[in-house]
Amino acid sequence: MRKRGFIRITIPSKYLLLMLTLVCAIVLSVSFTTDIFSKPLNNFVGFIVTPFQQGVSFVGTYLSDRGEELVQIKALLEENAKLKEQVNQLTTENNSLQQEKYELNNLRQLYKLDEQYPDYEKVGARVIGKDPGNWFHTFVIDKGSEDGIKLDMNVMAGSGLVGRVVYVGPNWSKVISIIDDKSNVSAMALSTSDTMIVSGNLEYMKDGMITFSQLINTDENVKEGDKIVTSSISDKYLPGILIGYISSIKPDSNNLTYSGMLLPAVDFAHIEEVLVIIGNKQSTTITTTQTDSLSKETVSGN
Amino acid sequence: MKRSAIILCFIIFAYILQTTVFGGELFGGIKPNLLIVIVSMLGFMRGRKTGLVVGFLSGLIVDIFSMEAIGFYMLFFMYIGFLNGLFHRHFFRENIKLPLLLIIASDFILNLAIFGLFFLLRGRFGFVNYLTNIMIPEICYTVLVALFLYPLLLIVNHQFDSDEKRRAGKLV
Repeated sequence: MRKRGFIRITIPSKYLLLMLTLVCAIVLSVSFTTDIFSKPLNNFVGFIVTPFQQGVSFVGTYLSDRGEELVQIKALLEENAKLKEQVNQLTTENNSLQQEKYELNNLRQLYKLDEQYPDYEKVGARVIGKDPGNWFHTFVIDKGSEDGIKLDMNVMAGSGLVGRVVYVGPNWSKVISIIDDKSNVSAMALSTSDTMIVSGNLEYMKDGMITFSQLINTDENVKEGDKIVTSSISDKYLPGILIGYISSIKPDSNNLTYSGMLLPAVDFAHIEEVLVIIGNKQSTTITTTQTDSLSKETVSGN
Repeated sequence: MKRSAIILCFIIFAYILQTTVFGGELFGGIKPNLLIVIVSMLGFMRGRKTGLVVGFLSGLIVDIFSMEAIGFYMLFFMYIGFLNGLFHRHFFRENIKLPLLLIIASDFILNLAIFGLFFLLRGRFGFVNYLTNIMIPEICYTVLVALFLYPLLLIVNHQFDSDEKRRAGKLV
């Protein structure tokens, strides 16, 4: 009984190793300089792997949420009552602040200033997978080019900056977080607008801190506990997004700049849902229609 | 053919598990490296060629979703699979010490390579810090997971071997 014309070629493993090493070296050098390979490979594998990741993440979060619910019902009921009170208080505060905001916008328009920290249009996304190693902090979200995500869009969670988009697939995207060792964000202190560079650092990860450097601290106005937001001179990050709070600050040995550690505003260990700001730095248009409608309202209110 | 499909499923499943379930706070923020266990064990149990092909494919899937140029993880996983395959002669079902030792060595070499090429060359010199905070915990958790994964891989390997014997018997 002979198998029909099936010739089996056996390659000794040494030669296979050598061949595949050559293939790897070529792919490495080509993909280091260009990105011919990244698009088709990413699309193909993303097509297979991301649905599973979405499914498993969904099931996992569902199960862990149900488990937590059972444990914390009593505490949640108390917290609910307290929060309802707080919401009422905040609503009244919010109303009075809204009125002041209308007035501020009007005055700004009179001086012809653009809105400093406009409301950015955001789209929600879920985190479906993280980096498989322990050295980097990138994650995959479940929105892609079909949902309007583009390269370099900023990603927020809650009220703080989480990272930016580095690769966009058809229905998934890769985001690098600001605590990753390679990430650098141009930032400024909210109170004094002194600029600095905020970099992620793997060595301080266990304390939950990231570092900042190159702050020119005029009159030592920046101190511990100050809020740090993204600066207006960054070419990838939109201005005014909260990054974190200073936890320690000391002068450098050159006596010109200050550096220290920053506590990020976002809890990076528990990110599940993020907001992607639509419109990157190069193409964000100030929403002038918003200011027009606001000014119309104040006129009618008066 | 069936063997290749099953092994491919294993690789994809391990990758998905590593990025989703183990990605959270299950082990205090450190993820055990399931893929290195699979590459190392399959290379050890089935020889050099299987080891290097499994390493190549696992490295490919990790590379595609990673930030760096494609080809880095492919190269290292492939060599780790091949080197583990060199120990195929010492494979005995009952002995668990040698496979665990191989896994520890493979994980350590991989982490050293990542540290050396991506961190040392960028000026981060605090090696002891990375060693105690990232490398040693990862190796410990990986060994823990391997203790559970090893019997499963043994069963799968036994299935493959008995399939081969049956097919070889039919040809006689």
